[in-house]
Amino acid sequence: MIDTQNQTSAPEPGGMTRRTALKALGATLGATAFSQAIAPLTEWAENMSLDEYLQKHYKELSPFDLAVVMTRLEKQTKEETGVDVTIQDYRPQPGVKFGYALNLSVCVGCRRCAQACHVENNHDRPSGNSYIRVLEMQKGSLDLAKGRVNYDHPVPHPDKFYMPVQCQQCDKPPCVSVCPVEATWKESDGIVVVDYNWCIGCRYCEAACPYHARRFNWTKPQVPATEINPDQGYLSNRLRPQGVMEKCTFCLHRSRQGKLPACLEACPTGARVFGNLLDPESEIRWVLKNKRVFVLKEDVGTQPSFFYFFDE
Amino acid sequence: MTPRATLPLLILGLVLTALGGQWLLGSGSSTAAEAVARAGTSASPRDRVAGVVSAHRPKGFQPAVVTGLLDYQGQAVAVSCTTCHTTREPNRENGLAGATPKEFHQGMVYAHAGLSCLSCHHADDYDSLRLADGRKLAYDQAQVLCAQCHGPQTRDYLNGSHGGLKGHWDKTKGGRTRNTCADCHDVHAPAYPAWTPVFAPRDAAARQQADRENQRRATGQPLPHHD
Repeated sequence: MIDTQNQTSAPEPGGMTRRTALKALGATLGATAFSQAIAPLTEWAENMSLDEYLQKHYKELSPFDLAVVMTRLEKQTKEETGVDVTIQDYRPQPGVKFGYALNLSVCVGCRRCAQACHVENNHDRPSGNSYIRVLEMQKGSLDLAKGRVNYDHPVPHPDKFYMPVQCQQCDKPPCVSVCPVEATWKESDGIVVVDYNWCIGCRYCEAACPYHARRFNWTKPQVPATEINPDQGYLSNRLRPQGVMEKCTFCLHRSRQGKLPACLEACPTGARVFGNLLDPESEIRWVLKNKRVFVLKEDVGTQPSFFYFFDE
Repeated sequence: MTPRATLPLLILGLVLTALGGQWLLGSGSSTAAEAVARAGTSASPRDRVAGVVSAHRPKGFQPAVVTGLLDYQGQAVAVSCTTCHTTREPNRENGLAGATPKEFHQGMVYAHAGLSCLSCHHADDYDSLRLADGRKLAYDQAQVLCAQCHGPQTRDYLNGSHGGLKGHWDKTKGGRTRNTCADCHDVHAPAYPAWTPVFAPRDAAARQQADRENQRRATGQPLPHHD
């Protein structure tokens, strides 16, 4: 019995046992898997500071923590671009819920709103990004799938109408409920925001949005230093990192200071109406009361805060 | 008087002032033109955008006609209307079908509902506009004149859903600058002109759409709707 055991465990002369070979193979595979698993950490070490890596969710940051974060981001922008920017945390005002209405009878499709958005919100220049897409629609139809975005002729064409589409700031936002990490949420004034430093870039929200309102930063957005808008909000137009989602915030760095959004100011015809839905004297309330407004894709139940209407 | 006695008096005074103000504003005929005239000068309960509004056009705008000549600095030479029109008899036919001014106004495109020049320009004072009832109106108050015919547009303008504006939605935080009618419409040919759109989209959605359309063109399939 003992002899037999000794016989099997004795090393073969000039070779290795099957057990040793398997152990070596296992160790190699393990080491490879481990190195692959920590690869993001080695990448992180190059372009991300420890503070950034350990930063908490926006809602868990104390005012002091947030101030530290914003100062860090300002410094980072200064180092990368040489531009002095001011990043602030604009909070929702009590008693304010924003609403937007767009007069399709007056819109001429000049796309100045999309351009103003591009400039105001520090969008990536090479891709010409903007939160607004202007659809050229056939008169008599509201089929969004037939809307053309790349029209290139004098506007307005007599057979068409023009429908700018941007984030509808839904009261039941599907983009928020699909986010696996709660990096996007709806604030008390109705604006759906994204914490760019918490977003993992999975793009579920982009797929969930019925209005194609979200944009993904495939690359680090490039904005020439001379064109950077230095008045920045933490949750809005600060320079975004690569690999995160972004969206229209009704220019919250402007609107939460009482100003009108950039797209409205750029509109030459006054097709856009913006204001506080809770103020019965506001223009937006006048429009809701006196115009036959509708929302896009009402049947999907998103309850937008963005309304469209035609003059009668 | 003790402070306790002053307070009810103060409240009574305020109420009376408010009522008086209401009566003053409510009295008289309330045509759209007058609503605009009020809105232009002071806050009116009918104008949601008033009180903090400044019109885009600078004050002291002088009625003048461009001569087509340039001065030594390359600036267009304009001549005040009254330079000529104080001495000559007004031609009441001008502006009507076929009748056009023979001097100074040739370059002007005129397409405005068959009105004659003197429908809106005052024959007795060419530095003024003329309301339908013959009253004079300052040149920078064109929106009051337009309001006489364009009621729905005026209603929408007064309620902030027609005409571009800049500034604040929150009136407690700041004012606004509004365009007047003549900022965007050529008053002599007011139909909004065609524009060349700016900022053609370059994003993935636009590229995909262009690809689909090129494919349809290549295969001879009809496009969703014509260009």
